[in-house]
Amino acid sequence: MRVALLYSRIRVEERMLLDALERRGIAHEALDVRTLRFDLDDPAPWGRFDVALERCVSQTQALACVRTLEAFGVPCVNPAAVIDACGDKLATSLLLSRAGVPQPRTRVAVDPESALAAIEEMGYPVVLKPTVGSWGRLLARVHDRDAAEAILEHKATLGSVQHGVFYIQEYVRKPGRDLRVFMVGDEAICGIVRTSPHWITNTARGGRAGALALTPEHRRVGAAAARALGGGVLAVDLLECPERGLLVSEVNHTMEFRNSVEPTGVDIPGRIVEHVLSVAATAGVAP
Amino acid sequence: MSTATTHAVDCTECAAPVTLARTPLLGEVIRCGDCGVELEVTALHPLAVELAPQVQEDWGE
Repeated sequence: MRVALLYSRIRVEERMLLDALERRGIAHEALDVRTLRFDLDDPAPWGRFDVALERCVSQTQALACVRTLEAFGVPCVNPAAVIDACGDKLATSLLLSRAGVPQPRTRVAVDPESALAAIEEMGYPVVLKPTVGSWGRLLARVHDRDAAEAILEHKATLGSVQHGVFYIQEYVRKPGRDLRVFMVGDEAICGIVRTSPHWITNTARGGRAGALALTPEHRRVGAAAARALGGGVLAVDLLECPERGLLVSEVNHTMEFRNSVEPTGVDIPGRIVEHVLSVAATAGVAP
Repeated sequence: MSTATTHAVDCTECAAPVTLARTPLLGEVIRCGDCGVELEVTALHPLAVELAPQVQEDWGE
Protein backbone atom coordinates (compact mmCIF):
# COMPACT_ATOMS: atom_id res chain seq x y z
CA MET A 1 0.00 0.00 0.00
CA ARG A 2 1.36 3.39 -1.01
CA VAL A 3 -0.59 6.61 -0.67
CA ALA A 4 0.06 9.86 -2.54
CA LEU A 5 -0.95 13.00 -0.69
CA LEU A 6 -1.36 15.80 -3.23
CA TYR A 7 -0.88 19.30 -1.90
CA SER A 8 -0.06 22.81 -2.99
CA ARG A 9 0.72 24.06 0.51
CA ILE A 10 1.16 22.13 3.72
CA ARG A 11 -1.20 23.59 6.29
CA VAL A 12 -2.13 22.25 9.69
CA GLU A 13 -4.60 19.86 8.05
CA GLU A 14 -2.02 18.29 5.74
CA ARG A 15 0.37 17.89 8.69
CA MET A 16 -2.36 16.10 10.63
CA LEU A 17 -3.08 13.79 7.69
CA LEU A 18 0.60 12.99 7.24
CA ASP A 19 0.84 12.25 10.96
CA ALA A 20 -2.17 9.94 10.68
CA LEU A 21 -0.49 8.05 7.83
CA GLU A 22 2.73 7.82 9.85
CA ARG A 23 0.94 6.48 12.92
CA ARG A 24 -0.60 3.70 10.84
CA GLY A 25 2.72 2.84 9.23
CA ILE A 26 1.32 3.50 5.74
CA ALA A 27 3.92 4.16 3.05
CA HIS A 28 3.21 7.53 1.53
CA GLU A 29 4.62 10.39 -0.50
CA ALA A 30 3.62 14.02 -0.10
CA LEU A 31 3.57 15.50 -3.60
CA ASP A 32 3.58 19.23 -4.25
CA VAL A 33 1.41 19.42 -7.38
CA ARG A 34 3.31 22.49 -8.52
CA THR A 35 6.30 20.24 -9.16
CA LEU A 36 4.45 17.43 -10.97
CA ARG A 37 4.72 16.67 -14.69
CA PHE A 38 2.45 14.10 -16.28
CA ASP A 39 3.35 12.37 -19.54
CA LEU A 40 0.00 11.21 -20.88
CA ASP A 41 1.73 8.46 -22.87
CA ASP A 42 3.56 7.11 -19.85
CA PRO A 43 1.34 6.47 -16.83
CA ALA A 44 3.65 3.74 -15.53
CA PRO A 45 5.50 5.88 -12.93
CA TRP A 46 2.20 6.59 -11.19
CA GLY A 47 1.42 2.92 -10.82
CA ARG A 48 3.43 2.92 -7.60
CA PHE A 49 0.46 4.56 -5.90
CA ASP A 50 -2.57 2.57 -4.80
CA VAL A 51 -4.59 5.65 -3.96
CA ALA A 52 -4.21 9.43 -3.90
CA LEU A 53 -5.57 11.84 -1.31
CA GLU A 54 -6.09 15.26 -2.86
CA ARG A 55 -5.55 18.26 -0.54
CA CYS A 56 -4.82 21.20 -2.85
CA VAL A 57 -6.05 24.69 -2.06
CA SER A 58 -6.46 25.37 -5.77
CA GLN A 59 -9.47 23.64 -7.24
CA THR A 60 -8.09 24.04 -10.76
CA GLN A 61 -4.82 22.34 -9.91
CA ALA A 62 -6.62 19.65 -7.94
CA LEU A 63 -9.00 18.81 -10.73
CA ALA A 64 -6.29 18.61 -13.39
CA CYS A 65 -4.11 16.30 -11.29
CA VAL A 66 -6.93 14.07 -10.09
CA ARG A 67 -8.40 13.72 -13.58
CA THR A 68 -5.01 12.63 -14.83
CA LEU A 69 -4.31 10.20 -12.01
CA GLU A 70 -7.75 8.63 -12.36
CA ALA A 71 -7.13 8.19 -16.08
CA PHE A 72 -3.86 6.49 -15.13
CA GLY A 73 -5.78 4.07 -12.93
CA VAL A 74 -5.06 5.60 -9.52
CA PRO A 75 -8.21 5.92 -7.39
CA CYS A 76 -8.49 9.35 -5.81
CA VAL A 77 -10.17 10.83 -2.75
CA ASN A 78 -12.13 12.74 -3.72
CA PRO A 79 -12.86 11.64 -7.30
CA ALA A 80 -12.61 14.23 -10.07
CA ALA A 81 -16.36 14.25 -10.62
CA VAL A 82 -16.92 15.15 -6.97
CA ILE A 83 -14.31 17.92 -7.04
CA ASP A 84 -15.87 19.28 -10.22
CA ALA A 85 -19.37 19.26 -8.72
CA CYS A 86 -18.41 20.73 -5.35
CA GLY A 87 -16.14 23.39 -6.85
CA ASP A 88 -18.95 25.04 -8.79
CA LYS A 89 -21.95 26.25 -6.80
CA LEU A 90 -24.24 25.99 -9.80
CA ALA A 91 -23.23 22.38 -10.41
CA THR A 92 -23.71 21.67 -6.71
CA SER A 93 -27.17 23.23 -6.66
CA LEU A 94 -28.27 21.37 -9.78
CA LEU A 95 -27.24 18.02 -8.27
CA LEU A 96 -28.91 18.85 -4.95
CA SER A 97 -32.05 19.90 -6.78
CA ARG A 98 -32.13 16.75 -8.88
CA ALA A 99 -31.80 14.64 -5.73
CA GLY A 100 -34.47 16.60 -3.87
CA VAL A 101 -32.06 17.80 -1.17
CA PRO A 102 -33.34 20.98 0.52
CA GLN A 103 -31.40 24.14 -0.28
CA PRO A 104 -32.04 27.89 -0.40
CA ARG A 105 -34.14 29.04 -3.36
CA THR A 106 -31.65 29.72 -6.16
CA ARG A 107 -31.78 31.44 -9.52
CA VAL A 108 -29.11 31.77 -12.17
CA ALA A 109 -28.65 34.26 -15.00
CA VAL A 110 -25.82 34.98 -17.40
CA ASP A 111 -26.56 38.63 -18.10
CA PRO A 112 -26.72 41.54 -15.62
CA GLU A 113 -30.18 42.68 -16.71
CA SER A 114 -31.56 39.17 -16.47
CA ALA A 115 -29.88 38.81 -13.09
CA LEU A 116 -31.54 42.01 -11.89
CA ALA A 117 -34.91 40.74 -13.07
CA ALA A 118 -34.32 37.46 -11.25
CA ILE A 119 -33.43 39.32 -8.05
CA GLU A 120 -36.53 41.48 -8.27
CA GLU A 121 -38.66 38.38 -8.79
CA MET A 122 -37.13 36.73 -5.71
CA GLY A 123 -37.47 39.79 -3.51
CA TYR A 124 -34.92 41.35 -1.20
CA PRO A 125 -32.67 40.56 0.51
CA VAL A 126 -30.80 38.12 -1.70
CA VAL A 127 -27.25 36.79 -1.63
CA LEU A 128 -25.02 36.98 -4.69
CA LYS A 129 -22.27 34.39 -4.75
CA PRO A 130 -19.49 33.64 -7.21
CA THR A 131 -19.95 30.12 -8.58
CA VAL A 132 -16.26 29.40 -7.96
CA GLY A 133 -14.55 30.34 -4.73
CA SER A 134 -14.68 29.57 -1.07
CA TRP A 135 -13.97 30.82 2.43
CA GLY A 136 -16.87 33.24 2.21
CA ARG A 137 -15.10 35.49 -0.26
CA LEU A 138 -17.00 37.85 -2.56
CA LEU A 139 -20.41 37.09 -1.11
CA ALA A 140 -22.80 40.02 -1.20
CA ARG A 141 -26.03 40.41 0.71
CA VAL A 142 -28.19 42.72 -1.37
CA HIS A 143 -30.99 44.68 0.28
CA ASP A 144 -32.35 46.86 -2.53
CA ARG A 145 -32.34 47.58 -6.24
CA ASP A 146 -29.66 50.29 -6.01
CA ALA A 147 -27.22 47.87 -4.42
CA ALA A 148 -28.15 45.11 -6.87
CA GLU A 149 -27.51 47.32 -9.89
CA ALA A 150 -24.15 48.45 -8.51
CA ILE A 151 -22.92 44.98 -7.60
CA LEU A 152 -24.04 43.44 -10.89
CA GLU A 153 -22.29 46.18 -12.85
CA HIS A 154 -19.12 45.78 -10.83
CA LYS A 155 -19.14 42.01 -11.28
CA ALA A 156 -19.76 42.29 -15.02
CA THR A 157 -17.11 44.97 -15.48
CA LEU A 158 -14.36 44.12 -13.02
CA GLY A 159 -14.67 40.39 -12.53
CA SER A 160 -13.26 37.54 -14.55
CA VAL A 161 -15.57 35.94 -17.10
CA GLN A 162 -16.72 33.48 -14.44
CA HIS A 163 -18.36 36.38 -12.61
CA GLY A 164 -20.67 36.75 -15.60
CA VAL A 165 -22.58 33.79 -14.19
CA PHE A 166 -24.89 35.35 -11.61
CA TYR A 167 -25.79 32.90 -8.88
CA ILE A 168 -28.54 34.33 -6.72
CA GLN A 169 -29.93 32.84 -3.53
CA GLU A 170 -32.57 33.87 -1.08
CA TYR A 171 -31.12 35.19 2.16
CA VAL A 172 -31.95 32.66 4.87
CA ARG A 173 -32.58 34.32 8.23
CA LYS A 174 -30.46 31.86 10.15
CA PRO A 175 -30.01 32.25 13.92
CA GLY A 176 -26.51 33.80 13.88
CA ARG A 177 -24.85 30.51 13.07
CA ASP A 178 -24.58 27.76 10.54
CA LEU A 179 -23.80 24.08 10.85
CA ARG A 180 -21.23 21.81 9.26
CA VAL A 181 -21.57 18.05 9.03
CA PHE A 182 -18.40 16.12 8.25
CA MET A 183 -19.17 13.21 5.98
CA VAL A 184 -16.72 10.36 5.45
CA GLY A 185 -18.18 7.83 3.06
CA ASP A 186 -21.77 7.28 4.09
CA GLU A 187 -21.21 8.31 7.70
CA ALA A 188 -21.63 11.67 9.38
CA ILE A 189 -18.64 11.44 11.72
CA CYS A 190 -19.17 14.74 13.57
CA GLY A 191 -20.42 18.26 13.21
CA ILE A 192 -19.72 21.79 14.30
CA VAL A 193 -21.66 24.96 14.87
CA ARG A 194 -20.07 28.09 13.44
CA THR A 195 -21.13 31.24 15.23
CA SER A 196 -20.43 34.80 14.21
CA PRO A 197 -21.96 38.24 14.69
CA HIS A 198 -21.40 38.66 10.93
CA TRP A 199 -23.87 37.09 8.52
CA ILE A 200 -20.94 35.25 6.90
CA THR A 201 -20.06 32.57 9.47
CA ASN A 202 -17.10 30.84 7.79
CA THR A 203 -14.26 30.17 10.22
CA ALA A 204 -12.00 31.65 7.53
CA ARG A 205 -13.90 34.89 8.16
CA GLY A 206 -13.71 34.75 11.93
CA GLY A 207 -16.59 32.40 12.79
CA ARG A 208 -16.07 30.39 15.99
CA ALA A 209 -16.45 26.62 15.88
CA GLY A 210 -18.15 24.58 18.59
CA ALA A 211 -19.33 21.00 18.74
CA LEU A 212 -22.65 20.08 17.19
CA ALA A 213 -24.57 17.18 18.70
CA LEU A 214 -25.67 15.46 15.52
CA THR A 215 -29.36 14.69 15.29
CA PRO A 216 -30.89 12.15 12.93
CA GLU A 217 -31.97 15.09 10.76
CA HIS A 218 -28.42 16.47 10.53
CA ARG A 219 -27.22 13.01 9.54
CA ARG A 220 -30.01 12.48 7.04
CA VAL A 221 -29.54 15.79 5.23
CA GLY A 222 -25.74 15.51 5.36
CA ALA A 223 -25.83 12.03 3.87
CA ALA A 224 -28.35 13.03 1.21
CA ALA A 225 -26.16 15.95 0.13
CA ALA A 226 -23.03 13.81 0.08
CA ARG A 227 -24.75 11.14 -2.00
CA ALA A 228 -26.05 13.78 -4.43
CA LEU A 229 -22.53 15.09 -4.98
CA GLY A 230 -20.98 11.66 -5.43
CA GLY A 231 -19.79 10.85 -1.92
CA GLY A 232 -16.32 10.73 -0.41
CA VAL A 233 -14.83 13.05 2.21
CA LEU A 234 -17.09 16.07 2.30
CA ALA A 235 -18.11 18.92 4.58
CA VAL A 236 -21.78 19.74 4.19
CA ASP A 237 -22.73 23.24 5.33
CA LEU A 238 -26.27 23.67 6.59
CA LEU A 239 -28.45 26.68 7.29
CA GLU A 240 -31.28 26.47 9.81
CA CYS A 241 -34.26 28.05 8.10
CA PRO A 242 -37.00 28.97 10.60
CA GLU A 243 -39.67 27.92 8.08
CA ARG A 244 -38.18 25.04 6.10
CA GLY A 245 -35.68 23.45 8.45
CA LEU A 246 -32.20 22.43 7.35
CA LEU A 247 -31.02 23.74 3.97
CA VAL A 248 -27.72 22.80 2.32
CA SER A 249 -25.73 25.93 1.52
CA GLU A 250 -22.64 24.26 0.08
CA VAL A 251 -20.60 21.09 0.00
CA ASN A 252 -16.82 21.26 0.35
CA HIS A 253 -14.52 18.68 -1.20
CA THR A 254 -11.21 19.62 0.51
CA MET A 255 -12.53 20.34 3.93
CA GLU A 256 -10.58 22.11 6.60
CA PHE A 257 -10.82 20.70 10.09
CA ARG A 258 -8.05 22.15 12.25
CA ASN A 259 -10.58 23.95 14.44
CA SER A 260 -13.00 21.02 14.56
CA VAL A 261 -10.98 18.14 16.03
CA GLU A 262 -10.74 19.62 19.52
CA PRO A 263 -14.40 20.67 19.98
CA THR A 264 -15.80 17.46 18.48
CA GLY A 265 -13.28 15.09 20.03
CA VAL A 266 -13.27 13.15 16.76
CA ASP A 267 -10.03 12.13 15.06
CA ILE A 268 -11.06 13.62 11.71
CA PRO A 269 -7.70 13.11 9.95
CA GLY A 270 -7.63 9.52 11.20
CA ARG A 271 -11.10 8.89 9.84
CA ILE A 272 -10.11 10.41 6.49
CA VAL A 273 -7.05 8.17 6.26
CA GLU A 274 -9.15 5.10 7.12
CA HIS A 275 -11.52 6.04 4.30
CA VAL A 276 -8.62 6.48 1.87
CA LEU A 277 -7.35 3.01 2.77
CA SER A 278 -10.80 1.55 2.27
CA VAL A 279 -11.02 3.14 -1.18
CA ALA A 280 -7.72 1.53 -2.10
CA ALA A 281 -8.91 -1.80 -0.68
CA THR A 282 -12.13 -1.60 -2.69
CA ALA A 283 -10.04 -0.94 -5.79
CA GLY A 284 -8.35 -4.27 -5.17
CA VAL A 285 -5.30 -3.46 -3.09
CA ALA A 286 -4.58 -5.26 0.15
CA PRO A 287 -4.18 -2.72 2.99
CA MET B 1 15.03 34.26 0.21
CA SER B 2 16.14 33.87 3.82
CA THR B 3 18.13 30.94 5.21
CA ALA B 4 19.29 29.44 8.52
CA THR B 5 20.86 26.19 9.73
CA THR B 6 18.38 25.22 12.46
CA HIS B 7 14.58 25.12 12.67
CA ALA B 8 14.61 28.86 12.81
CA VAL B 9 14.65 31.30 9.99
CA ASP B 10 14.37 35.02 9.48
CA CYS B 11 11.10 36.39 8.15
CA THR B 12 11.59 37.66 4.61
CA GLU B 13 9.21 40.54 5.27
CA CYS B 14 10.27 41.95 8.64
CA ALA B 15 13.49 40.02 9.41
CA ALA B 16 12.17 38.82 12.78
CA PRO B 17 13.31 35.31 13.78
CA VAL B 18 10.68 32.62 13.22
CA THR B 19 11.19 29.43 15.20
CA LEU B 20 9.52 26.17 14.21
CA ALA B 21 8.39 23.68 16.83
CA ARG B 22 8.70 20.69 14.48
CA THR B 23 10.92 19.68 11.63
CA PRO B 24 9.46 21.60 8.69
CA LEU B 25 8.24 20.08 5.45
CA LEU B 26 8.71 21.44 1.96
CA GLY B 27 5.69 23.53 1.06
CA GLU B 28 4.69 24.04 4.69
CA VAL B 29 3.13 27.39 5.43
CA ILE B 30 4.12 29.15 8.62
CA ARG B 31 3.20 32.52 10.03
CA CYS B 32 5.61 35.15 11.28
CA GLY B 33 4.68 35.95 14.85
CA ASP B 34 5.92 39.51 14.51
CA CYS B 35 4.45 40.84 11.27
CA GLY B 36 1.87 38.11 10.59
CA VAL B 37 2.77 37.30 6.98
CA GLU B 38 2.53 33.75 5.71
CA LEU B 39 5.81 32.16 4.72
CA GLU B 40 6.29 29.02 2.66
CA VAL B 41 9.16 26.63 3.33
CA THR B 42 11.06 26.39 0.04
CA ALA B 43 14.18 24.47 1.14
CA LEU B 44 15.16 22.34 4.11
CA HIS B 45 18.96 22.19 4.06
CA PRO B 46 19.49 24.95 4.83
CA LEU B 47 16.03 25.99 5.86
CA ALA B 48 14.67 28.70 3.61
CA VAL B 49 11.35 30.48 3.29
CA GLU B 50 9.69 32.84 0.87
CA LEU B 51 6.50 34.86 1.07
CA ALA B 52 3.66 32.38 0.55
CA PRO B 53 1.59 32.85 -2.61
CA GLN B 54 -1.42 35.13 -2.27
CA VAL B 55 -4.89 33.62 -2.28
CA GLN B 56 -6.16 32.93 -5.79
CA GLU B 57 -9.74 33.06 -6.99
CA ASP B 58 -10.16 29.27 -7.10
CA TRP B 59 -8.63 28.61 -3.68
CA GLY B 60 -10.76 27.21 -0.95
CA GLU B 61 -12.21 24.10 0.58
